[in-house]
Amino acid sequence: MGGLTGDLWQSVWLTIELASITTVILLALGTPLAWWLARSKAWWTEAVAAVIALPLVLPPTVLGFYLLVALGPDGPGGVIAGAWGGRTLAFTFEGLVFGSVLYSMPFVVQPIRNAFAAIGDRPIEVAATLRASPRRAFWTVAVPLARPGFLTGAVLGFAHTVGEFGLVLMIGGNIPGRTKVLSVAIFDYVEASQWREANILASGMVIFAFAIILTITLIEKRGARTGR
Amino acid sequence: MRFAKLARLAVGIAAWVLTSTSVPAAQTNVAVAANFTEPAKEIAAAFKAKTGHEVVLSFGASGQFYSQITQGAPFQVLLSADDARPKKLIDDGLAVPDSRFTYAIGKLVLWSKTPGLVTGEETLKAATFAKLSICNPAAAPYGAAAMETMKSLKVLDTLQPKLVEGATITQAYQFVETGNAELGFVALSQLTGPETGSRWLVPQELYSPIRQDAVLLKTGVSNEAATGFIAFLRSPEARAIIEKYGYVLDGQS
Repeated sequence: MGGLTGDLWQSVWLTIELASITTVILLALGTPLAWWLARSKAWWTEAVAAVIALPLVLPPTVLGFYLLVALGPDGPGGVIAGAWGGRTLAFTFEGLVFGSVLYSMPFVVQPIRNAFAAIGDRPIEVAATLRASPRRAFWTVAVPLARPGFLTGAVLGFAHTVGEFGLVLMIGGNIPGRTKVLSVAIFDYVEASQWREANILASGMVIFAFAIILTITLIEKRGARTGR
Repeated sequence: MRFAKLARLAVGIAAWVLTSTSVPAAQTNVAVAANFTEPAKEIAAAFKAKTGHEVVLSFGASGQFYSQITQGAPFQVLLSADDARPKKLIDDGLAVPDSRFTYAIGKLVLWSKTPGLVTGEETLKAATFAKLSICNPAAAPYGAAAMETMKSLKVLDTLQPKLVEGATITQAYQFVETGNAELGFVALSQLTGPETGSRWLVPQELYSPIRQDAVLLKTGVSNEAATGFIAFLRSPEARAIIEKYGYVLDGQS
């Protein structure tokens, strides 16, 4: 039993690690992207936005299938893995991070974009008349004003990565400590008729999901109260 | 207004479905272990040609089907990849005791898409590869047989870090097929297509025989298609198909 619970906690930690790294990367990539999406007047802006939003609509198996091929030795993933002597990015933690970034991107970019868009041009223009450089205006005016958007994006990105299953199942290879995340561990326990363990993890997920949704609602409510 | 329209449509569709499926030929839902995918399709087609009964096949890991059936999944027949789960279903009172029989004995193969990579047990001992794919040993008998083979050869400890697991034998195959794993333990029945590369038929003494049992579930007792299909599995016609895919028949190994 001790070994089993050790295995169980390992997948919990791995999931938290994956979701945290994914969220940090998404905030770093998503912020400039969201800023551009919110302010660009180019006709193809919405096309880019649509591409980012694709995972909202596509079944995870579509992404899983293409990633399995793309990460493999015949795809770009194999070339990248070759840099450190590997053959494939599938079955690696890095591969999962890559997949999760694509998969959770819309959940981070959308709220931040909306928050930036809600600010409008005026505060930025005012900052410019006060001789703030565009960069300074961005960091001292736009980002603080868009804070609720960042919070929602980070929480959603984290939560959605925790909740992904089909993609990980298809490219993970179920390796304990590297790719066996929570959702896959639950699937595994159910398949092996270990329902006690499945129940521990699954009920934990229910509580987690409830806490996340409540948190987001409270963030939005507070944002609305403070006039944002 | 809209709701009334929708409701009428739903009732219409339901009536159509009910009347169209309850006419002459019966229909049955059969849960099939993933390794038996190809032969099952062929047998179902032969069965339909002969009797007119429709067999709807679902493919997955035996463990997954066991869990689903205990929760009332709408299957009438289970073609498992082992003999333990059909037995358990009988113990659980969910399957018909005297309906259980071994329809096939599975063969394990070590397979690679690279010609010359797999030469025999020395391939496993040399371990000059990065990833070896197997299927989940807890849920799929071929995964358990692969683990047993590696234990028999005393290579499990060195190979453990190189193992990647598919949820079913189909996924273990797919990891090799896409080149993500250089080689993998698959079912011989999966290698009847145009696969090139190299393979090693694992000797039977390295793992316990994979006795694949079929069982009629209680839900199928009065279903003509279900009882017919399980009887048809024993027919010379079905046995020929099973043998063609590399399985050994019970009593001939």
